[in-house]
Amino acid sequence: MSSAQKPEVESWTGQTRRKRGVPEGLWLRCDGCQATVFRKEVDKLLGVCPECGYHFYISARQRIQQLLDEDSFEEWYADLRPLDPLGFKDKKSYPDRLRDEQKKTGMTEACLVGRGYMRGRPLVFGVTDSAFIMGSMGSVVGEKLTRAIEQATETKLPLVVVSASGGGARMHEGIFSLMQMGKTCAALARFHAAGGLFISVLTNPTMGGVAASFASLGDVVFAEPKALIGFAGPRVVQATVKSELPEGFQTSEFMMEHGFVDRIVSRSELRTEIARVIDYCVK
Amino acid sequence: MPDDLHRLPFERPIYERETHLTELERQHTDAPTEALEEEIRKLRVEVTRRKREVFETLDPADLVKVSRHPNRPQTLDYIELIFDEFVELHGDRSFGDDRAILTGFAKLDDRQVMFIGQQKGRNMKERTEYNYGCAHPEGYKKALVRMEMAAKFGLPIICFIDTPGAYPGVGAEERGQAYHIALNLREMSQIKTPIVCVVIGEGGSGGALGIGIGDHIAVLQHAYYSVISPEGCAGILWKNSSFADQAARALKFTSKDLLRFGVVDEIVPEPLGGAHRDHRQMANFLKGSLNSALRKLCAIPLDRLVDRRYDKFRKIGMFEESAVAEAS
Ligand SMILES: [Zn+2]
Repeated sequence: MSSAQKPEVESWTGQTRRKRGVPEGLWLRCDGCQATVFRKEVDKLLGVCPECGYHFYISARQRIQQLLDEDSFEEWYADLRPLDPLGFKDKKSYPDRLRDEQKKTGMTEACLVGRGYMRGRPLVFGVTDSAFIMGSMGSVVGEKLTRAIEQATETKLPLVVVSASGGGARMHEGIFSLMQMGKTCAALARFHAAGGLFISVLTNPTMGGVAASFASLGDVVFAEPKALIGFAGPRVVQATVKSELPEGFQTSEFMMEHGFVDRIVSRSELRTEIARVIDYCVK
Repeated sequence: MPDDLHRLPFERPIYERETHLTELERQHTDAPTEALEEEIRKLRVEVTRRKREVFETLDPADLVKVSRHPNRPQTLDYIELIFDEFVELHGDRSFGDDRAILTGFAKLDDRQVMFIGQQKGRNMKERTEYNYGCAHPEGYKKALVRMEMAAKFGLPIICFIDTPGAYPGVGAEERGQAYHIALNLREMSQIKTPIVCVVIGEGGSGGALGIGIGDHIAVLQHAYYSVISPEGCAGILWKNSSFADQAARALKFTSKDLLRFGVVDEIVPEPLGGAHRDHRQMANFLKGSLNSALRKLCAIPLDRLVDRRYDKFRKIGMFEESAVAEAS
């Protein structure tokens, strides 16, 4: 908690700080190189460290601002709200947790979907936000994405989903969350059969049930540099294999080396790269 | 009867009475008396009553122990007891033979089917061979190759689910655990042949769902099917895996919950006292369930079957939506 004593320098390392979203202040400490960097500089680079290229967390709303043409995003199904189907309670009750997360992030759920334009190209767009219960997928995230995929199928628009989901399938909704994996993938099967283009963008982190469902199924899979991507969490793997994990295990680069990511794309290039793929695939 | 080590704490009162009953029956054989006969009759009723009491109100934490009971019948036991033939097909056409998922042709009475089942193993040697039922990507790949083949040749598919979860190892991650599970979810939703899935023991998360998309989903009475293991959930949300019992209760993953939530279509009853007490009877119950599910599904035209499968998963989810948007 040394950074707490120096309020002018914000750290991105602490989990609790990250959960509160973007810290305010003139300076930031980079998780990648530990350098103290000027916030305005980072903002100008779309949330990337000017020293080392580390990609900071950005919110779902910021992602939309960065990727889609100005004011072109028309949000869909914004009134879908989570329920508590299990009456779940750990240290906190799930309804309390939801309320706290909603207050903290200003979002009703971990995902936004809708229609927008990218350099003039119309598309269906979805994005998850890792600040909302780790970007995990419960009924609302699964339903919004499924409806978005169905809309893309019907309107024959390309689909772009940017994932930031360290939490995978959301535990608090139990089996309902697990089934959202099947639901989104079934919708993608129809989209795929109808010839739809799906570009999946994996960002830090994309794990568990989100990685093991829609996020892995892009016709083209992009990843931001050095994102954590995988099925099992590194600590679980570590505890299972009881030996050192390979260098760079479960990073974007590791996943590309092993054949599950097509291109590592830095944030500033995402628009250009996505638009280019659309031009190749959508006539 | 299982040795003492394999008796679960809440089963003790049942076993104690059964031991007593065996003793009385022995005495009765040696020197029959009417009084003894009456006592035996009463004790039999008592044993049944006890079993019913204990097993009909199993705490979810105890249910997990039953689902993992070392004597619980596993895929290979059912292959022996239910099917007349099993022709194992080992290849995944990619990396290797994942023993955690067994696949091949099987005969269910007169019906030829494609069988896919997760096998955990019972003793140390078997568990090592079958990797505790924790599949690698090649296991999911192997299952998909078989399912595509089944569709090509018009064989219905039976999937037996019994896994604590997909294997969380380095090789599994390198070979695309997430991708291969995802691919199975997508492809299984469109496979043009009937698919029956049964959770026979543990339905552990994505590793279970990876062979779990089908037209008829059944779960054995004392099996569980969950988004995460109770230990895993406790470790993350309680920061301590010793809260696994609390997590087991919070996750609402018993067969009754699953049926109530519309996630499964059928609960296959277990013999009184659990499947581990009577493999043969369990196998008979399960065989009956498989036969009636297949009879029903094989009568549905394939296009409709696949649409029906889509709708089945499509409607799962609980959320709130204002009426305004409903109209738009
Ligand atoms: Zn840096």
